[in-house]
Amino acid sequence: MSVTHHISDALLADYESGALAEGWSLAVATHLALCPACRARARFAASVGGTMLESLPPATVRDDALAHVFGRIDTAPAQTKAAPAQTRQPSTVPEPLRVYLGATNLEALPWRRLGGTAFDLRIPTGDRKTNARLLRIAAGTPVPEHGHRGMELTVVLSGTLCDGDERFGRGDIEETDESIEHQPFAGTEADCICLAVTDAPLRFKSLLVRLVQPFLQI
Amino acid sequence: MTVPEEPLRPADADGMAARIAAVASAADRQAFAELFRYYAPRVKAYLMKQGSDGARAEELMQEVMVTVWRKAGQFDPARASASTWIFAIARNLRIDVFRREKRPEFDPDDPALIPEAEAPPDTAMLNDEAARRLREALTALPEAEQGVLRMAYFEDKSQARISAELKIPLGTVKSRVRLAFARLRAALGDESEGTR
Repeated sequence: MSVTHHISDALLADYESGALAEGWSLAVATHLALCPACRARARFAASVGGTMLESLPPATVRDDALAHVFGRIDTAPAQTKAAPAQTRQPSTVPEPLRVYLGATNLEALPWRRLGGTAFDLRIPTGDRKTNARLLRIAAGTPVPEHGHRGMELTVVLSGTLCDGDERFGRGDIEETDESIEHQPFAGTEADCICLAVTDAPLRFKSLLVRLVQPFLQI
Repeated sequence: MTVPEEPLRPADADGMAARIAAVASAADRQAFAELFRYYAPRVKAYLMKQGSDGARAEELMQEVMVTVWRKAGQFDPARASASTWIFAIARNLRIDVFRREKRPEFDPDDPALIPEAEAPPDTAMLNDEAARRLREALTALPEAEQGVLRMAYFEDKSQARISAELKIPLGTVKSRVRLAFARLRAALGDESEGTR
């Protein structure tokens, strides 16, 4: 089954320009690993950056800049060739997510129960603007109903996620923003594991979940 | 006092990929000097747009050019043009230095990566002729669309921030990017559709 939900041009431009915070970029890069069509589109978005660099009015550089650079090249040790890729364990977790999780197997992760049949796992990133985590939702059960105060990116890693009439399978990405109040749930055939990145704490509708939210840090 | 050389025009990017290859294969200093003459002033201009003062931008530009020398062997002309590759080096250095963040990227050699069904069809867009068409199409974009691309690519501003600064709806920013990309793809004769 191939990916049917792709990244918007706007998000690709943000990723290739470098404007996206690390957490968002993790979701985009994970989708790219699973979606050859978007990799081709990302190459295009990157080439827009290269072309824009060409069109920038050149700044004046110091007269001795090239000599300086040659000086540094001569004094620093030569770049050693990249080490050959190590034999890697088979994994369903693509890079770059695998490095962030430090695990090749989604099942063996230290999941934390969220209440009910949902679990999550926080993923530390270098930015403070986003919250990145994995969610594991039992087959046929809903993700707690939530609206958003900002953007959310969800990349399905296994199982399916159903949202309204749409089904998201492995590799699919969903972009939502504050205008969307939705009720996604895991498909009935298997648990759904997805990478979810948000830029603000989720606003749960259920009073109970809202009360415990500060303690769960979700 | 030396007379400054005439700055190189955008179109002088032609042939830069071969110069990177010469640096990689033969540590060719003449080729590197030509790369430097074209890219150093542009990389410095890019870094100044990111808010660095002249001295800091000069220092970081030199860092970028040292990286170009060192990583020349990793340049793959089938994946990116010379300008795109150097833009990525400057961008990643800026994210590292200014924001102290990483920029997660997929690994093209990852066995878990879902591979292309066939060879990527768009390598043709990386040649000099395609680069020229892309440059011309970029200059011909409506100012509103160019403005949004400049803010995204040069000023490190996400679509959401552009929307707030220009006081226009986020949907408008997104549709400008989508329209701009559609025009640029059309200029390359690329029929493949964008999404949303």
